[in-house]
Amino acid sequence: MSTVYDAIIVGGGHNGLITAAYLAKAGRKVLVLERRHVLGGAAVSEEIYPGFTYSVASYVVSLLRPHIIRDLMLPKFGLDIIPLDASFSPLPDGNSLCRWDDAARTRREIARFSPRDAEVAPEFSRAMARISRFVKPIIDGPAIDPASVGPEELWRLLKLGRRFRGLGKDNMVRFMKMMTMSASDFLDEWFESDVLKAPMSVSGIIGTFLGVRSPGTAYVLLHHYMGEIDGAFRSWGFSRGGTGMVSMACAGAAKHFGAEIRTEAPVSKILMKDGRAQGVVLENGDEIRAKVVASGVDPRRTFFGFVGEEHLDPEFRRQISRYKLRGSSGKVNLALDRLPEFKSRPGDEHLRGDIAIAPSVEYLERAYDQAKYGEFSRRPYINAVIPSLVDPTVAPPGKHVLSCFVQYAPYHLKEGASAWPEKREAFGDTVVDTLAEYIPGLKDIILHRQVLTPWDMEQQLGLTEGNIFHGELSFEQLAFLRPAARWSHYKTPVRNLWLCGSGAHPGGGLMGGPGELAARAILSSGETN
Amino acid sequence: MPEPTPFHERTAALCKSYRWKEWAGYHAVSFYDVCHSTEYMAFRHSAGLLDVTPLFKYDVRGKDAAAFLSRIMARNVHKIKPNQVSYSCWTDGEGKILDDGTVMHLDEDFYRVTAAAPTYDWLARHVRGAAVTVEDVTAKICALAVQGPQSKNILKAVSDADIDALKFFRATAGKIDGVPVTITRTGYTGDLGYEIWTKNEHALKLYDAVYGGGRDYGIRPAGLDALDIARIEAGFILAEIDYFCAKDCLIESRKSSPYEIGLGWTVQLERGPFIGQAALAREKEEGSRWSLVGLEMDWEELESLCERYNLPPQLGSGASRAGLPIYSGGEQVGKVTSSTFSPILKKYIALASLRSEYAELGTEVQLEYTVEYERHTITARVVKTPFFDPERKKK
Repeated sequence: MSTVYDAIIVGGGHNGLITAAYLAKAGRKVLVLERRHVLGGAAVSEEIYPGFTYSVASYVVSLLRPHIIRDLMLPKFGLDIIPLDASFSPLPDGNSLCRWDDAARTRREIARFSPRDAEVAPEFSRAMARISRFVKPIIDGPAIDPASVGPEELWRLLKLGRRFRGLGKDNMVRFMKMMTMSASDFLDEWFESDVLKAPMSVSGIIGTFLGVRSPGTAYVLLHHYMGEIDGAFRSWGFSRGGTGMVSMACAGAAKHFGAEIRTEAPVSKILMKDGRAQGVVLENGDEIRAKVVASGVDPRRTFFGFVGEEHLDPEFRRQISRYKLRGSSGKVNLALDRLPEFKSRPGDEHLRGDIAIAPSVEYLERAYDQAKYGEFSRRPYINAVIPSLVDPTVAPPGKHVLSCFVQYAPYHLKEGASAWPEKREAFGDTVVDTLAEYIPGLKDIILHRQVLTPWDMEQQLGLTEGNIFHGELSFEQLAFLRPAARWSHYKTPVRNLWLCGSGAHPGGGLMGGPGELAARAILSSGETN
Repeated sequence: MPEPTPFHERTAALCKSYRWKEWAGYHAVSFYDVCHSTEYMAFRHSAGLLDVTPLFKYDVRGKDAAAFLSRIMARNVHKIKPNQVSYSCWTDGEGKILDDGTVMHLDEDFYRVTAAAPTYDWLARHVRGAAVTVEDVTAKICALAVQGPQSKNILKAVSDADIDALKFFRATAGKIDGVPVTITRTGYTGDLGYEIWTKNEHALKLYDAVYGGGRDYGIRPAGLDALDIARIEAGFILAEIDYFCAKDCLIESRKSSPYEIGLGWTVQLERGPFIGQAALAREKEEGSRWSLVGLEMDWEELESLCERYNLPPQLGSGASRAGLPIYSGGEQVGKVTSSTFSPILKKYIALASLRSEYAELGTEVQLEYTVEYERHTITARVVKTPFFDPERKKK
């Protein structure tokens, strides 16, 4: 008789590893199964080109919950997050805006475009910080389900109501607006300068198939404002050694607490009997049994790929089939022979943070227009970072990595998603051409280029439809609706099967919330006892 | 009025913040840019470059040098091998601490002692007839610290010394851009790191070589504010903050023994006579009244306390040297002497002096914490130091 585990975690991404670590810490016998040879899922560092470490997909860290870092002692296992110093937006006319981690300097920068905006910006940040603080307990606990009538849920709802009142009248109104407005409209209520609004509005569209003028994107803006480093909201950071180091630290913690981790162990099926999950079947045919199975894989793949539609009730099946994944972004990683020089501003100080190619709100909306009709943007929004400037471990001395998040690259091309492999290089060229308008010498210093289309993210990383968040972060798929109404508490209609990935509340991003909360829910269910 | 160190021309040009403080009579940078945080990060993820010239330095030479220093130091200096550096402290006749520092065995019958406070008189007065000379080289020798995970790569790139062979707390001679230097694998950050010692006249050449050669490895000039956070994470005490030199204390209760400030491990009792030996032996047997411990504050408690005021957690951005009372059952049982939010650990940590009966690992005590001018307490737990101890430090 082979070993029966208390829990099997399908998928060694950061959430799965965090679930494993919490379960193992509580004394459970845990096995993590990862399909690939490397751990991390979308939070992975790989040396694709000798000497250069790419954060292949996910490339910045902000939402990783600080209490998880403390609970799992992640710094002991190599976690080291370096805050970003600046936010740089070059403009095609040779001008540029840089927002610094220095209030006075940022004020002077913005004042060049709008003296009023320069003064409003800190006010805006304060309001966002206040609202983020209101939202924080919502993302740090299981989703509150207003449809539920359980006493505990009602109590939590009441507490939330009280805290909502504590926001004060102005912020209550702002919060309601954020829930419903477009990022662009919401920012229009505050600012007048397009140069400032454009790079700010993009936080509202990252990872969604919406434009900055689409209603609902203001919430995604808030989701990105919640990033928290050292108690300061709206801070972003690099993980030393690439984002894969976050996953490696989670894996280190999981192993430290006694979890077993296997790579190159692809799961083909969740073993079902009498409507219960009893373990998994690997692609090589091995059956491994466990009291519970927790899936860090997105809901669509979990239920349709591993469980099988025949085991689902029709209503739930319908909800999962309508769950929106529709990836909208790609990734281009470049190995550079030297530091790129932007024509709008020499030097490197402003390149230590993130670089946004988002010159105007109209530019962004036009980029979306093409995507709506199944084409990638000819002039996309690009969020680039040069992690090697602050983290010398990712490139040889003097050389650099330029990591570009690119939107829009719709999974559903008009020719169909499977047309992506033929379009991959054209997409890569578009990104390089766009960047070259700001960095004239770029093409001469590229040593290597890795292009990741949404199709590649699906094939290589297992992200269904290439959605980086395991499902769009739009309001109708969040909180008590994530991934489906009545099933937002990690438990699924399949007994002993749990969700622990970004497709569960509080959602995507290198956050760890779903992993931790799923582990807590599993432990309190008693199913692993 | 502080004076410039030999590196001043370079550090002043880089110090855009104009934020300086006085360190042992010298101008020392607090932080170079907007704030200390990027410099702290450099210590932890690339490398920080720090002018540590103000340390007091004494060269002790002669055939009795080892015997002489053994009589002064809490540690048996005879056991320090050539090219070894040893951390030590020294006490008065009552076993009360005077200072702490390193003893470097640089050559046959040649040691260099570093100290936080002037120590020439204390050394010189004990020479008596011994075949030993003590020279104060504080104003002749300058020093740069290169601290952080990339420090090894930087030293390998700029020096001709065998850096791979240089182990933790060892010294080697070498050249950097033609400048003769002593390189020690030592530091005050608790990370992989080195200190480079040379004569004042070579200062600028050395600075240019190390800073220039380190650019590709992400080297950053770093100031004392960043150092203060790193040293607390490393569990390192600071003279005049976490303890006081016995000579300067107006009252007995301010004095400490090495055992009371976490330096008991440097005291080697079983050997020939040394200053403070009898008192230290007695204390070891009878136990110490105070213990230096690491404290970790309950962050969730702190957060919910601030939430009651509708405020986010309130902590200063840097390390704090404010003394804070610690209570247990309503009675004061100690004090915090240094505290900081640890950016890498995401924890509020402190070095504290506790009555020994409260010093056991895991003990919970209450620490004073002020929100909106109102005093409260939050729970703090006694934990092991260093708080942060990366493998690379000794590897």
